[in-house]
Amino acid sequence: MAAREKVIFEYSHAGRGASDQWPQETPPAVLADLPVKLRRASAPELPEVGELEAVRHFTRLSQLNFSIDTHFYPLGSCTMKYNPKACNQYAMLPEFLGRHPLAPASHGQGFLACMYELQEMLKEVTGMQGVALSPMAGAHGEFAGVAMIRAYHRVRGDLRRTEIIVPEAAHGTNPASATMCGCVVREIPVNAQGDVDVEALKAAVGPDTAGIMLTNPSTLGVFERRIEEVARIVHEAGGLLYYDGANLNAILGKVRPGDMGFDVIHMNLHKTFSTPHGGGGPGAGAVGVGARLMPYLPLPIVAREGERFRWLTQADLPQSIGRLSAFMGNAGVLLRAYIYMRLLGRDGMRRVGEYATLNANYLLAQLKAAGFDAAYPERRASHEFIVTLKRQAREHGVTAMDFAKRLLDYGFHAPTTYFPLLVPECLLIEPTETESKDILDAFVAAMSQIQKEAEQEPERVKGAPHTMPVRRLDDVRAARQLDLTWKPAAQP
Amino acid sequence: MSTVPADLKYTRSHEWVRALPDGTVEIGITDHAQHSLGDLVFVEVPDAGRVVKAGEACAVVESVKAASDVYAPIAGEVTAGNPRLAHEPEAVNTDAYSAWLMRLRPAPGALAAAEFMSGADYEKFLAAEG
Amino acid sequence: MAFIPHTPPDVTAMLAAIGAKRIEDLFEEIPQNLRVKSLAGIPEELNEMAIGRLMTERARLDGAPLNFIGAGAYEHHIPAAVWAVTTRGEFYSAYTPYQAEASQGTLQVIYEFQSMIARLTGMEVANASMYDGASAMAEAALMAVRANRKSKSLTVLVPATVHPHYQQVAVASASNMGLRFLELPYCTEEGITPAQSLQKYAGQDVTALIIQQPNFFGRLEDVDALTDWAHAHNIFVIAVVNPTSLALLKPPAQWGTRGADIAVGEGQPLGVPLSSGGPYFGFMTTRMEYVRQMPGRIVGRTLDLSGREGFTLTLQAREQHIRRAKATSNICTNQGLLMTAATIYLSLMGPQGLARTAAAAHARTRELVAALTRVAGVRLAFTGPCFHEAVLVLDRPVSPLLKALAERGIHGGLDLGGYFPELGNALLVCATETKTQADIERYAEALGEVIHTARAA
Repeated sequence: MAAREKVIFEYSHAGRGASDQWPQETPPAVLADLPVKLRRASAPELPEVGELEAVRHFTRLSQLNFSIDTHFYPLGSCTMKYNPKACNQYAMLPEFLGRHPLAPASHGQGFLACMYELQEMLKEVTGMQGVALSPMAGAHGEFAGVAMIRAYHRVRGDLRRTEIIVPEAAHGTNPASATMCGCVVREIPVNAQGDVDVEALKAAVGPDTAGIMLTNPSTLGVFERRIEEVARIVHEAGGLLYYDGANLNAILGKVRPGDMGFDVIHMNLHKTFSTPHGGGGPGAGAVGVGARLMPYLPLPIVAREGERFRWLTQADLPQSIGRLSAFMGNAGVLLRAYIYMRLLGRDGMRRVGEYATLNANYLLAQLKAAGFDAAYPERRASHEFIVTLKRQAREHGVTAMDFAKRLLDYGFHAPTTYFPLLVPECLLIEPTETESKDILDAFVAAMSQIQKEAEQEPERVKGAPHTMPVRRLDDVRAARQLDLTWKPAAQP
Repeated sequence: MSTVPADLKYTRSHEWVRALPDGTVEIGITDHAQHSLGDLVFVEVPDAGRVVKAGEACAVVESVKAASDVYAPIAGEVTAGNPRLAHEPEAVNTDAYSAWLMRLRPAPGALAAAEFMSGADYEKFLAAEG
Repeated sequence: MAFIPHTPPDVTAMLAAIGAKRIEDLFEEIPQNLRVKSLAGIPEELNEMAIGRLMTERARLDGAPLNFIGAGAYEHHIPAAVWAVTTRGEFYSAYTPYQAEASQGTLQVIYEFQSMIARLTGMEVANASMYDGASAMAEAALMAVRANRKSKSLTVLVPATVHPHYQQVAVASASNMGLRFLELPYCTEEGITPAQSLQKYAGQDVTALIIQQPNFFGRLEDVDALTDWAHAHNIFVIAVVNPTSLALLKPPAQWGTRGADIAVGEGQPLGVPLSSGGPYFGFMTTRMEYVRQMPGRIVGRTLDLSGREGFTLTLQAREQHIRRAKATSNICTNQGLLMTAATIYLSLMGPQGLARTAAAAHARTRELVAALTRVAGVRLAFTGPCFHEAVLVLDRPVSPLLKALAERGIHGGLDLGGYFPELGNALLVCATETKTQADIERYAEALGEVIHTARAA
């Protein structure tokens, strides 16, 4: 295995630098007006390397990564579909990159047209009345959604309503976001078929209910069949319905959250609308609302007046929950989502839902045929499904995590394993619509091969991965002996 | 199968309680608890002098996969948090019943009124939890 | 079909394996009455050639004006290598590094970023970044509430000289958790926060004090006095800083006797283009003793099974996917791509390049102020030292002048009328190393002309 890439500080030499990138020196006299007591005494200890050294270092680091451009990522709940290069290229046109956020709207009509049309398309495809683009991530959108629900009840004087109902299978951000809005979380169970337990829901709603947060299809990969009934129960009790858009890919173009009765939704533009994951961000969590919550949308929002576009302000929306971003959110991400939606068009939206579902059901069928256990074998897969490896854990001591690590050796990123908490030893698998049948077949072949290994040489699977830049890492040591910033060897 | 010393008392949230000769009680988490958490990476204990209510979260035990609150089994005043755990959280994994988290002087009447499980009852409780 | 590789024979074979006749059958669990009837509101698809043309036209419409606006987003030279490397597919389309073995590239970049930001701010530890500077400040307030055991009031003092948008974001983000933000008045002559503003809070229970340096006006606050006062009263200090300025200005770890407790800021100046306000990234740093109270992702270095060094996400037990309702925050992202760009930028610029950039920005702003105040009817608002931004006061309304300048291809600055009406016709201007002498002269000349025209009218 190649020698590991050092930390950049270890390549540093005093006096090196990409000096042609630097501006000319400024005479010290020009800085004399800066009070000495506010000046830095010594230069910050940043690495000093030349341009080629830096380029080589970071290029080599990139080569240690898996990425959609290089690997299949069947990550449930993440929608790792192809990020079209066109979206990047046209979002990075110099005029878009160079525009200051506080530049006058009169000289940003091109950009604003894209933002306005994006709002309109998102409204249409989700069946909502209003859309705001400023939340900067899915969890941020969740926060905005719950904050709007709270604002709605507060304005109506209904101050008791502070409870948010969350199915126990929900993603961790749901209860965390609800708590950050000052709400109390109330969990309800999911039944054996993967649907919300409607009887438990009826018992849980009441005068304290602010709303319910749901994903549909659910985090278990199945469609909530009684959604209309759930909506009726919550609305009759005086609560509102929040839709977590993480699984929108399954129903894009086929079903609209607004039509299912949801009052507020967030969309993950970095999932459904293919903006890049970037190794952890930036995302964008646009929110959509029905008529009840329109007055509370976060600012800013683009409005059209005749042929011109302008920003709405606090004066236009006095009951807005306010500003969530220093400027208007992740504009560059929004441009990419816009371009993607224009490339798809109305028929393309529908094809996303159809082919994502086709790929998931095909992969489920092939894995079942290969002897794997589906968590909900009687249900159709949505765009994702769960395979449980609890039998393999019991019979061979090989866990879902072990399978996940061994898949890396076969050139596949592992499916989601840490979630949902309800199904032991689960693999939540989402192929997305951009993968070909060949890749899906290769994945099934790899899983079958690992199954054989689990039976015949389980240590090989338990010790995986073997061919990656590192083997399994000592998490306990990482947390006990915190090494979070680089220090030169001499220092402890 | 986790160990459950017979001479201690237990709570439903997996704390153990040991009465000390000076009238204070020593509190820790059970072997079952440390096992489900996995290798502990950090333990946060309350400061001496802190007054707690029964059932109040007053310590945190953290592993790589979970961070759990530890609850005061009875009302009282904290007389000490175990200083050893700041740099040796793994002591709780090695011997859960000697690596106490905190010592408490019970509020008047609190100990008498407390509803603890005996060792045998806690074992039954664990078996039922499955 | 855009991005969908399936041929009809593929589809036939797949349906056969599933045991369904048509793709529609796969949706049979969904009630018919919920199915979409039509998406008439969405236009027909465009091919790449057509969308390329549309976007190019729209970009051309917006053009490339000469920019003198700062106010929290700063135009700096970005070396070509920064985005050439950052947009490599292996960085661009990589997932969150939960599977550490498949993400050593991203994880090591994060570790290097954490190290560089910690050194720049002088603080002991940094996280992997937040959404932006404003939300980082809001999260810092929430963190101070958790970490400051001596305070129960959930009260945060915010100087009026903190960026108005940051103040709005803090209120929108943290009020629901009971935090109260109290504004500290500033001195309208000096443009900074006087010590007197704090006096009335002596003896009261206050959780944290926010100090922005340079402040929204570009003015330099007396950070030592403010920090020491806060610490003397058991108040946490949250520093909000411009990272470029830290090449020249004293870092927050050295403010006062003990240094700031938490330091945050907007990372955009480090290799991220203006791009209409985002995506940017916020940075957050703190003392080691508070590391467990810090939200967001953190990467640590450790060893693998063979004893090889490697990197992994650590301290995850605080995060939403484990702690759920009791998490330190709901945050589930770091601005990975932007943080990558910043790490590469800092590597290319190094301490010398960053110092030169900061100094050049300071110099150009001084030249801009000198040139503009030579125009009749334009004066400097505050005489004290400022860094790469300044407030001018004009003898007539700012808005029509900015309009006229925009027609001439110049974005002259930010009209402060809506934010600080007490300053009169105030304009916040900024010049960085990207502006030349010729650019500054062009602005001064144009300003002279539009004022002359306005005067004549």
